[in-house]
Amino acid sequence: MPTAWTRGAAGVLIAFGIVELLTRAEFVNPAYLPPASSVVAETVRLFGDSDFWDALWATLWAAAYGLARAIIIAVPLGLVLGLSRWAYRAAITVVELLRPIPSVALIPLAILLFGTGTSMKAFLVTFACLWPILFNTIYGVHDVDRVGVDTARVFGLGWFKRAARVNLPAASPFIYTGIKIAASVALILAIGAEIVAGGSSGLGIEMGEARALGNLKLSYAYVTVTGIIGVLLYIVMEAIERHLFRWRSM
Amino acid sequence: MSDLVDTEMAVVMSDGPLRRWLSVDRIADIGLRLAVLGGVYLFWLLATRAADSIFFPVPTDVLPAVWNDWLTDSTTWQDNIVPSVIRLLYGFVLAAVLSIALGLAIGRSQVLLEMLEPTIHFLRAIPPPALLPVFLIIFGIGDMQKVMVIAFGVAPPILLNSIDGARSVDQLQLDSAAALQIGRRGRITKVIFPAAAPKVFAGLRVSMSLAVILMVISELVAATDGIGFRIMRNSRNFAYVDMWAGLVVLAILGILLNAGLTLIERRVLRWRLL
Repeated sequence: MPTAWTRGAAGVLIAFGIVELLTRAEFVNPAYLPPASSVVAETVRLFGDSDFWDALWATLWAAAYGLARAIIIAVPLGLVLGLSRWAYRAAITVVELLRPIPSVALIPLAILLFGTGTSMKAFLVTFACLWPILFNTIYGVHDVDRVGVDTARVFGLGWFKRAARVNLPAASPFIYTGIKIAASVALILAIGAEIVAGGSSGLGIEMGEARALGNLKLSYAYVTVTGIIGVLLYIVMEAIERHLFRWRSM
Repeated sequence: MSDLVDTEMAVVMSDGPLRRWLSVDRIADIGLRLAVLGGVYLFWLLATRAADSIFFPVPTDVLPAVWNDWLTDSTTWQDNIVPSVIRLLYGFVLAAVLSIALGLAIGRSQVLLEMLEPTIHFLRAIPPPALLPVFLIIFGIGDMQKVMVIAFGVAPPILLNSIDGARSVDQLQLDSAAALQIGRRGRITKVIFPAAAPKVFAGLRVSMSLAVILMVISELVAATDGIGFRIMRNSRNFAYVDMWAGLVVLAILGILLNAGLTLIERRVLRWRLL
């Protein structure tokens, strides 16, 4: 494990060194593309800035709220669709129609419905996060061991109890994979919506404002922050997965 | 259980490809799908009638616009559909080729994997709209910039799935290939790629729907043509019927691209069905 960490750190340092060299070489006017080290310094400075924490909170809240709503809708729906062949066939037609609609194309619609606040961002996040969770839940339910289901039936468990005690636990690793994918989508979409649609508070808005004021260093510092959040999110989700599904490897 | 009945019935009726295709189950399936589509249309019609709002035009206005102003209009093909689809395919193919090659290499090397994993997740978390200005500076305002935005955005799922696929190659098969003195190239094309292919295709599928989204994003800034450009312009100019028609066109495009990818997948993975 420690070697994985040091190797990862080495990889990040090498990538940073390459970007630093490229920006220092000034292939592009440094006024537009400041050196990587100055962006990192600016990022460090951000952590002492209260505006930054407000913006971070606003973005994370919209992403988490939208994601939670997607989980609440998609997991029960996926369970029902996975268990019933006819419900699956009927629903898949609708799903195939709705899924290719890009969530970004829904931004104008979302603004009309919700304005530019948290509920607009959360709406887009929920829409985009539904699909990975829904599909993984359906796959998970299809993948359930038949013997387990039949045993539960022999013991006289009804449809609902079977779903809750056999199918749901068996499908849970798949569901978690869906949530893991959806979590990174949620973050990207919340910030993306802020950049495209504007609003009052959020990382994407700070990014745009800094750029509009010509402070590109600050703008790239916010971009760096989103990358850091992505790495942290990944580490946390992996750790939770290892903890929750310890039983699986046995 | 019902799957078994389905195939048995198909065998009984198997005196011709058409008869086999037209099993009772298949007919019921198509009927159900048509009924559901009708239901969706009816819901759309009744909901927009009840809402009676210029933001939500009725489908009886939108669908003719899809046909007349988008699908049968030659200037629309020239100015919106063709430029968008070309950029999308370029970006997708570029990302697919690079990500599959890189992903298979990373997946076969534990050291490379551990070194690059944090950096990959860092890059993946950056929302593509945040990169638009950077790409504008580096690649200019032309098609190149839009292709690169699409390629950068669709790469992560293909890359991560290719890594995963290459890691799951059976060691016994690799050892057998080595024992049979199959060269490096043969091992990659005959052992590693086939074993990783199902995972790679799962990544390609996710990326294909992402590509449509990124195509729209890439046309937000410094664009003068494309489907996304027209949808955004419409929403600013209060041309809501045409905006909704554009959304329908995007959905059609998404379905067609997905169907195309499924065809390729069936061909490449045919050996799995045997």
